[in-house]
Amino acid sequence: MPDSLSADDVRHVARLARLDVTDEEVELFAGQLAAVLDHASDIEALDTHEVPPTAHPLPLVNVLREDEVTPGVERDEVLAMAPAAEEGRFRVPRILGEAP
Amino acid sequence: MSGGGALAIAGAVRSGERSARDVVEEHLRVIEAAEGDIHAFNLVLADEARAAADEVDRRVAAGEDPGPLAGVPVALKDNLCTRGIPTTCSSRILEGWRPPYDATVVERLRAAGAVAIGKTNLDEFAMGSSTENSAFGPTRNPRDPSRVPGGSSGGSAAAVAAGFAPLALGSDTGGSIRQPAALCGVVGVKPTYGGVSRYGLIAFASSLDQIGPFAATVAEAAVLLEVIGGHDARDSTSIPQPAPAVSAVLDEGVDGLRVGVVRELMDGIDGDVAAHVSRAADALSAAGAKVEEVSVPACVYGLTAYYLIAPAECSSNLARYDGVRYGMRVDADDITAMYGATRAAGFGPEVKRRIMLGTYALSAGYYDAYYGQAQRVRTLLIRDFENAYGDFDALISPTAPTTAFAFGAKTANPMAMYMSDVCTIPSNLAGHPAMSVPFGTGDDGLPVGVQVMADALAEPTMFRVAAALEEAAA
Repeated sequence: MPDSLSADDVRHVARLARLDVTDEEVELFAGQLAAVLDHASDIEALDTHEVPPTAHPLPLVNVLREDEVTPGVERDEVLAMAPAAEEGRFRVPRILGEAP
Repeated sequence: MSGGGALAIAGAVRSGERSARDVVEEHLRVIEAAEGDIHAFNLVLADEARAAADEVDRRVAAGEDPGPLAGVPVALKDNLCTRGIPTTCSSRILEGWRPPYDATVVERLRAAGAVAIGKTNLDEFAMGSSTENSAFGPTRNPRDPSRVPGGSSGGSAAAVAAGFAPLALGSDTGGSIRQPAALCGVVGVKPTYGGVSRYGLIAFASSLDQIGPFAATVAEAAVLLEVIGGHDARDSTSIPQPAPAVSAVLDEGVDGLRVGVVRELMDGIDGDVAAHVSRAADALSAAGAKVEEVSVPACVYGLTAYYLIAPAECSSNLARYDGVRYGMRVDADDITAMYGATRAAGFGPEVKRRIMLGTYALSAGYYDAYYGQAQRVRTLLIRDFENAYGDFDALISPTAPTTAFAFGAKTANPMAMYMSDVCTIPSNLAGHPAMSVPFGTGDDGLPVGVQVMADALAEPTMFRVAAALEEAAA
């Protein structure tokens, strides 16, 4: 596991997270994330190759219900809370960019 | 005119001896007088509470059953959805958003006659242990306003401690109900995972989050848990059975119960806090319990596993705040630029830190070493608890390593802040119930909380131990 994260590592993770970061934040997060990940070294050493992972504490699987139509939330009420809506839909900025 | 606690209020309102409106007005006056110093609330629902109280009074006058919490004011953590009423998670990114539906717990409270009196402050998206991460400024501890109330449900804990409401709801992902309860000197309960519906609780880490009660006393917390608990078809992780009856067992005592003091959770604890836990153990012993030290070895890895699992789940859950469907948007030429700018402007530093940490832990090449290994450690911890509950009915430990700390004491060092949750995290990872009970005050004059833990769905046993501790502390 890495002792520290490079500025490029932090910028890469920020891009994955769709989070614009400033140069100051890159520097801050590089140190702070490394400090937290450093603590992960104590579980890195544990032999767990025969231990199954727990994703969830409950033994519930395949929770089903009858396929019946029930009232949901009102579309217009939901759209009224959106930053931009038009013709019954969420409105977003341009999705396809210019050719690079 | 005195408040007299939730159960006294409900009794008086149900019998017609006192109007729900009078109860609400009294509490609004207390809020008016002290909220400026405490800042427990993001929003006080004065008009809505008056209207709800009038409806309770109408039901009483009409001879209808107004419910077990008739006229009792309840403060709601501001990550619980309330239809048409701003729900912010103390984040700028949800600015202006009013949910189109109520959380299940909000519906159940209303059906029980309770009156929602305000939305309480929290660390942004419930990420923190002091409420200092709120975008709207911190809450102050009513026991000492120079100290934090704990977090993330600091506003709810403070609201009960300050007498703004006899009851409150919070959410607990790694200790966010129990730790502020301890620091503010009130009772706080994290139920078994799946015991209370999470429908309408804005998600932080879905495999860990649980809603639970705050109250001044164990008996009040028990009634509130019974009102909000039980199966809900709208939450696919809801346990398909009724809430366990806990009020009925409070006077059963602890004679013959086997109680373990978790050795690993006494390490690195402030000496004065540890001494209180030892006295709590002695008190249970004197009440007839068989008390011994017990080892739950994997507890020492709990903090590490949690600070990989919770950020990983948070990075996924918070991907939905993208400026499209709700809250704020920072306009940009294309959608990717809009996402990045909106999230940069809307989230505070701790939320960004955890999104970054979780994204990193889930990214290609690191997934198995971090997230996968943390999930396997989670299994180890569950196995160790299984062993312990083979020999013990309940476990105790400190709730938090220290009493309430000063503002700014841990903000510069995230790991120091995360350590506040070291005793509470194991129960979240295991999905087990746990609660904090006030047990005296430390040398610094601040409240000390003792944590009671139990196996999944063993809330009745946990509440018996809590009631015995409360009696011993009195």
